[in-house]
Amino acid sequence: MAELHDMTAAQIADLLAKGEASAREVADAFLARVEAVDPKVRAFVTVTAEKARAQADAVDAKRRAGEPLGPLAGVPVALKDNLCTAGVETTCSSQILRGFVPPYSATVVEKLDAAGAVFPGKVNLDEFAMGSSTENSGLFVTANPWDLKRVPGGSSGGSAAAVAAGAAPLALGSDTGGSIRQPASFCGIVGLKPTYGRVSRYGLVAFASSLDQIGPMARTVEDAALLLNAISGHDGRDSTSVPRDVPDYRAALTGDVKGLRLGVPKEYFAEGVSAEVRERVLAAIEVLRGLGAVVDECSLPTTDYALAAYYIVAPAEASSNLARYDGVRYGRRTDKVGSHVELFERTREEGFGAEVKQRIMVGTYALSAGYYDAYYAKAQKVRTLIKREFEQVFSRFDAVVTPTAPTTAFAIGEKSDDPLAMKLSDICTIPANMAGIPALSQCCGFDAAGLPVGVQLMGPAFGEETLLRIAHAYEQATDWHTRRPAL
Amino acid sequence: MALTPDEVRKVGTLARLALSEDEIDRFTHQINDLLEQFARLQELDTEAVEPTSHAVPVAALLREDVVRPSLPREAVLAMGPKVDPWMGGFIVPQVIGESQ
Repeated sequence: MAELHDMTAAQIADLLAKGEASAREVADAFLARVEAVDPKVRAFVTVTAEKARAQADAVDAKRRAGEPLGPLAGVPVALKDNLCTAGVETTCSSQILRGFVPPYSATVVEKLDAAGAVFPGKVNLDEFAMGSSTENSGLFVTANPWDLKRVPGGSSGGSAAAVAAGAAPLALGSDTGGSIRQPASFCGIVGLKPTYGRVSRYGLVAFASSLDQIGPMARTVEDAALLLNAISGHDGRDSTSVPRDVPDYRAALTGDVKGLRLGVPKEYFAEGVSAEVRERVLAAIEVLRGLGAVVDECSLPTTDYALAAYYIVAPAEASSNLARYDGVRYGRRTDKVGSHVELFERTREEGFGAEVKQRIMVGTYALSAGYYDAYYAKAQKVRTLIKREFEQVFSRFDAVVTPTAPTTAFAIGEKSDDPLAMKLSDICTIPANMAGIPALSQCCGFDAAGLPVGVQLMGPAFGEETLLRIAHAYEQATDWHTRRPAL
Repeated sequence: MALTPDEVRKVGTLARLALSEDEIDRFTHQINDLLEQFARLQELDTEAVEPTSHAVPVAALLREDVVRPSLPREAVLAMGPKVDPWMGGFIVPQVIGESQ
């Protein structure tokens, strides 16, 4: 039998269902794995061993009592530390939220808990999910399990690194401009940003409310589908969650892509995309063609403007969302209290990191009197153009295929002084957030340095089943997903 | 249309950030770099285009108006960095009739 930490969530669930392992054994195996690899990878902000064991024991007790168990019962899921967990510190990897213990849990956390999932802990991110490498974490930097000198991507870098390192078979991430897909690409795993509104955002610490979406990160497409099943659906506590039935995403994994129409937008293969990434992604497209998909070139010309529009919309919304951190009701407060205004200004100055402050500044400026139309309103109109363009392309194609990121994982420190270069690593992922459409990244090979390359599939709103079907068919035809980093 | 350090300082006041001179200098450069990128958006004709505020339109849904318990006061106060549990409130510097 393979080691438990090498197994997929589906395999673990199967073992548990057959009674060949207890949930407690599974939890102990993964907690031991965390202890073994996390000193090197540093994915975890908080390890909740006691809680995990208690959850596992509850699953085992239920099984002994003959009660029905959900498909994720006893399966560990790492949680990005911007998801509120009742009674467990939720830092957003920010000094300003150090010590913040929320009195309630995010809807996705409640749903997973009710499904019997086990939570080994909270994992690292770029502060407030702003960044592409976890180097903006206000706590520490996470390493890429494939090469410890490189970044895992971000902002859900802790989630991606934890899954790639076998510290958890599943993780939740959040994606505002690529924060699930880009780290999934850098760490060689599957990451899916669902359609905006597919998953409730209640209890997700808000970054840019019109773009944020929670999604699954896993080693296989089937596992991602299982996790998406568990977290999707309307929630009365998030008015932007969509009242629409949740299909069984696993049932979409038919292995058949014959006749599916795949578009290849040429703008995503332009200058800036490394030769090795381009080559691997084109090879993946050939595999899909070989499986019977109909492939044709297409064009999304507004792609070029998506990055600029995003860097208005996201900071504008962030500046508003982050206004709540004032040192009064939760989180940290400055020691140097003067007037009430000084209390706010100093608390925020001391508590926020450089990238977060920069985005608050940009957003505040873009929303300030006299500039609203030139920046925010203009960007929202560009967003309409991006959305329309995708709608046109999806009238001809079932999905489009692109690289997830222009390069493989870069070295820690390589881009941290160059904010613009850092932002370019999200150039392929941002358009899906602007249009609200679902997008998935999976591993499609390795570069000469042994680093994973990601291919991205984007589909029309609520087209998750098609994306999962294509990704699953590709996974069946290749063996990249079976490779493990040497740790 | 480049921003001056003084304008950046004003934005800092609006954002309630007590920025250091170093930060004002750095943000002036960084924001001006971004504004150059943003200027490219003017190349696109959006005259007759409606703005998108939410990508997936959802009709405003009203929740049933049911009385439900909210978070207990102690749980909310437990999060505060400085609270008065007896009075049941957050402690802040004097706001009205400031002497300084």
